[in-house]
Amino acid sequence: MDPQAGPPPGMPPFSGPARPPMTLPNGQPPWVQQQQFSAPPVNGHHNQQQQQMRPPQSGPYPPPPGVNGPPPFMNGPQKPPPQFQNARPSPVPVDSPNRNSPLMMGTNKDVPGPFSGPPQSQAGFQPRPPITMQQPFPNSQSPFPGQGPPPPGVGSQGPPYLQGGPPRPPLNLGGPMQAPPMGMPPFSGPASPPQAPPGANIQYTSPSGPPSFSNPNQPPTSMPYTSTPSAPPAAPLNQPVAISSANYGSALPTPASYSTPAMHQQTPAPQQQPVAQQAPPMANRYPPQNSAQSPVYPSQQTARSPVFPQPTTKSMDGLTTQMGSMSVTQQGFNRLWGNMETYDLMQMRNILPPTKVEAPRVNLQHSFVDAQNCSPDIFRCTVTKIPETKSILDKSRLPLGILIHPFKDLSQLPVIQCNTIVRCRACRTYINPFVYFIDHRRWKCNICFRVNELPDEFQYDPVSKTYGEPTRRPEVRSATIEFIAPSEYMVRPPQPAVYLFVLEVSRAAVDTGYLKLVCDILLEELDNLPGDSRTQIGFITYDSAIHFYELAEDAQQPHMMVVGDIDDIFLPCPENLLVNLHEDFELVRDLLAELPNKFQGNPEPSSALGAALQASFKLMGSTGGRVTVFQVTLPSLGPGALQPRTSGGSKDASPLLNPAIDFYKRLALECSAQQVAVDLFLLNSQTADLATISGIARFSGGCINHFPDFHAASKLHSEQLTRCFRRYLTRKIGLEAVMRVRCTRGLAIHTFHGNFFVRSTDLLSLPNVSPDSGFGMQLAIEENLSDMQNVCLQAALLYTSSKGERRIRVHTLCLPIASNISEVIASADQQCIVGLLTKMAVDRSQSSSLSDAREAFINVAVDVLSTFRATQNMGGAGSGLLAPHSLRLLPLYIVALLRHPAFRASSNVRIDDRVYAMCQFKSLPLDSLMQSVFPDLYPLHCLTDEGALEIEGKVIPQPPRLHLSAEKLDSRGLFLIDTGDSLIIYVLRNINPALCRVLLGANSFEAIPDVMTELPVLDNQDSERMRAFVNYLKEIKPYPPPLQIIREDSKYRSRFMQYLLEDRSESSLSYYEFLQHLKTQVK
Amino acid sequence: MIFSDAILFAFGLIDVGAVLFLLIYFIITLSDLECDYLNAQQCCSKLNFWVVPKIAAQGVFNLFLLMHGRWLLCFINLPMTAWLIYELVTVPMGNTGVYDPTEIHNRGQLKKHMRDCMVYLGFYLVIFFIYLYCMIISILQGNPIKGHDEYATEF
Repeated sequence: MDPQAGPPPGMPPFSGPARPPMTLPNGQPPWVQQQQFSAPPVNGHHNQQQQQMRPPQSGPYPPPPGVNGPPPFMNGPQKPPPQFQNARPSPVPVDSPNRNSPLMMGTNKDVPGPFSGPPQSQAGFQPRPPITMQQPFPNSQSPFPGQGPPPPGVGSQGPPYLQGGPPRPPLNLGGPMQAPPMGMPPFSGPASPPQAPPGANIQYTSPSGPPSFSNPNQPPTSMPYTSTPSAPPAAPLNQPVAISSANYGSALPTPASYSTPAMHQQTPAPQQQPVAQQAPPMANRYPPQNSAQSPVYPSQQTARSPVFPQPTTKSMDGLTTQMGSMSVTQQGFNRLWGNMETYDLMQMRNILPPTKVEAPRVNLQHSFVDAQNCSPDIFRCTVTKIPETKSILDKSRLPLGILIHPFKDLSQLPVIQCNTIVRCRACRTYINPFVYFIDHRRWKCNICFRVNELPDEFQYDPVSKTYGEPTRRPEVRSATIEFIAPSEYMVRPPQPAVYLFVLEVSRAAVDTGYLKLVCDILLEELDNLPGDSRTQIGFITYDSAIHFYELAEDAQQPHMMVVGDIDDIFLPCPENLLVNLHEDFELVRDLLAELPNKFQGNPEPSSALGAALQASFKLMGSTGGRVTVFQVTLPSLGPGALQPRTSGGSKDASPLLNPAIDFYKRLALECSAQQVAVDLFLLNSQTADLATISGIARFSGGCINHFPDFHAASKLHSEQLTRCFRRYLTRKIGLEAVMRVRCTRGLAIHTFHGNFFVRSTDLLSLPNVSPDSGFGMQLAIEENLSDMQNVCLQAALLYTSSKGERRIRVHTLCLPIASNISEVIASADQQCIVGLLTKMAVDRSQSSSLSDAREAFINVAVDVLSTFRATQNMGGAGSGLLAPHSLRLLPLYIVALLRHPAFRASSNVRIDDRVYAMCQFKSLPLDSLMQSVFPDLYPLHCLTDEGALEIEGKVIPQPPRLHLSAEKLDSRGLFLIDTGDSLIIYVLRNINPALCRVLLGANSFEAIPDVMTELPVLDNQDSERMRAFVNYLKEIKPYPPPLQIIREDSKYRSRFMQYLLEDRSESSLSYYEFLQHLKTQVK
Repeated sequence: MIFSDAILFAFGLIDVGAVLFLLIYFIITLSDLECDYLNAQQCCSKLNFWVVPKIAAQGVFNLFLLMHGRWLLCFINLPMTAWLIYELVTVPMGNTGVYDPTEIHNRGQLKKHMRDCMVYLGFYLVIFFIYLYCMIISILQGNPIKGHDEYATEF
């Protein structure tokens, strides 16, 4: 028998090692394919968006592209895909058809993948410059059109190269070795308008640079923002130009490649021309067929530059000199080893790509080249190539781990119902796109390499209704799939959705006014709670006693029962405390309407949270389900009572980051065993010791929401709670879930991060799973992987849907093996690394201290850059701080992390805020996590339709993302910062009154009201654009965050200013200073 | 509470023997957890129950050795006692015990516990034979049944 299925009753026999073979019930329809639309009601648009972002998973496959001409790197599995090899003119015939291949049609519109030139432009996306050679893998052979977008920002770097591309040696050969760094002011300068930062620009301006300032089109005095006809948002302002020498020079030895400067000379932009002429050789990497389209881009560039006339040619000097200093051999060597382009961080003022930072693509060997890998939004690894041995991993100094967002809302998901779910006999792996078919009857597991038989049923292809081609089954076509589980996967009948709301009604709690708000939302959303006819609901309130509500079917009104004996809690009546939502709907409504008034003026100050939780556990234990706790004060009575803790004046707050007692953890584990999850809403203004009480949610698979200083009178607060709670109530829920992650032999998971309980070595017990929770795992390489071509990771989530259906969602990720350090570094996924690092740092600050965690962050940056430097074999080359393309944003993210409330050194972060931030780091999915680490800053004054997305007929402008520095703030503009859980529009002092009127409906800066939480609906194009953009940002999030509009002279301005993370603050270094520090450390 | 040497070591043998059996039980339980025959919660609650008795067995006999003036053996045992107490004391407040079900699968803790148990097992095996030797010697040296006076006069 399945060993771990034995003891806990609620535990489904998910996948034990010794599972008996499944029986095949006969006479069932073979299987039914459904498209499941798991759209939560709140944001249908969100899903719409996702639909576009995902390639059709069950659609017919296009023939594998590129069969006749695999790119060079495909042939040599050992070779990393060298960036510039791809750009070589030779594979052009392969490239061009592929770019138009039907494969691309499914590409998401807002991922500026380089592979989808034509379809993208049709979709209203900013026509990507045809010059895609900067893409690391422009060969469209890749089978993952939408899933594996190119490494972040690469695509958008085209134009700068174009302008200031690496000048050929003749230009500046023998010039000064490095750009003079002393001229470079720290990044954290005063808020100088980008228009004319004279000091800042000098150093960056190459001889040909000045034109970009003295742009005749754009007299800086006029109001540039609204008048600009085209400021393509997704375009790089002056994006990374500092391609270091190494690869560029050698990228194309082909003499022919020097012969295409013509395209640059077509550049209509007056200010571009000199630059282009200076660096024509860049063109050599452009496949000839592209040059016809090339004028498009430069013209955009022209139009854009006036808006932010930042120096476009800034690092030309450094570049040129570096180029000159590199020997040809060196370049050849680097190229041979597939080193990617390198960036000199010290030289690059604008390293942040203007578009979303995309996950690097996973490039598999030829055999799986057309297999579809799991979307990086769901399943991501810190490296896209797994190091062959542990020593390579150790040398590369990168953390190895995966981040999973298994229950993400998907708009399109193949759902399969079949008699036999095909799994490996030995390791219980589900069949997936990366298995090997030995013949039509047998397959070889890609996790344990056992050869398994295929059931007859599997021969049938439901799409074409033919037999004999197992590779056409959806299981083998899609890396994310959902099975409807037969009864072998249940140890008990699927539980109904059971919701219990536990509300604190002590004096402080009632004073905040949350009760009314919560009851009102609940009343409105009762119909939308996910569930079926069996759905149950119950309520408990507590202060110093526990109040139960009997909702007997025949009763006229809810009957309240008070249990004062909190030390030994019992249920006052055996039934009717949890009632069927539909049968007793009226009673529930009555209760909800009555509750807020009932406790008005309740004088009881204390709160018996522990007892209330025990009562909930007793109530829910038999069925399992979800407990939602609203807690406002520190639990002060009964079991689980806590004393307020202070750090005692010591700077090290780490004891406060750990629980004071183990009551909540123990209770959570009991809950977990009975499939009860506890979700915590904490609305405290005094300390509530979240570090301790969060245990109840962390180990029972719940979630934690924190609204510090909540008061319902504050519109911002109530809006935030309303939206969050609404989403919480209506989002999908998976009950009595377990998740198992299997990985290829040789890899092992050694640490888990997230809210769950690890029941056995790789089985996570998740009493509830929500679409907003993510998980992280650290991997170790235990055996040499050199005899394999790739490794697979499979996450399987077995859950009961709110409709009482047992389902298994399976995600499979396949990663190739790398045999040397450079390859590993080149394949790093910086965002995923940051995601994993935060989780590790939370552990570190709990087990050791906060300063240790901070130090560890800095060490990561130092180690990674040192390793990179070592792999570059650059000797003492230059004073620059070189970073690979794949990790170029890592120092930036680390600077931001050091300023994040979770890891900030200053002692004025309240302990609950800090603990909450840490809990969030542990459980957020990567995209939200990144946004909270490094918020997006957009200029709102120059929105144009250039490069806009078009969703449901609405045009949504896409302004560029800016660095989080006051330097980027134009005093005549207005800026939006998007932190994931709040949107702040910051209006600067010198805003043009006309702009003010058009966008905000106020006649001047002074006339803007102090508190504004909505954008006025004005009937003009600019306002429409802005609202479209802001609404778009709201819709792509799980729930729409509240909007604040803050004037520069407002007392709330610090709400915005705190996010200028790259500037210096009283307790932390600016980004530039941090780089300087790194430089001294990197050896 | 001064026993004769033979009785002291006989007690020591029983004590160490019990600890050895306990350690074997620990190892079995931990390896059960390793191979998924047991879930973390059961495993940890089983093991945590025996942590204090184990320390008591070690500490009490260490005390006896001290009282009997067996300095060398006492010093051999002292680090082990100190370590076991240290291990118990340094358990974070929020953890359920030395073995915490929520952390045992993290950061290779299971392996660490397994290794610790093996080290203990080795240590107690050696100690067991030392006690056995000491007991035999003390039995050979004098008749433990005889009174103290007679024993003393032999020297």
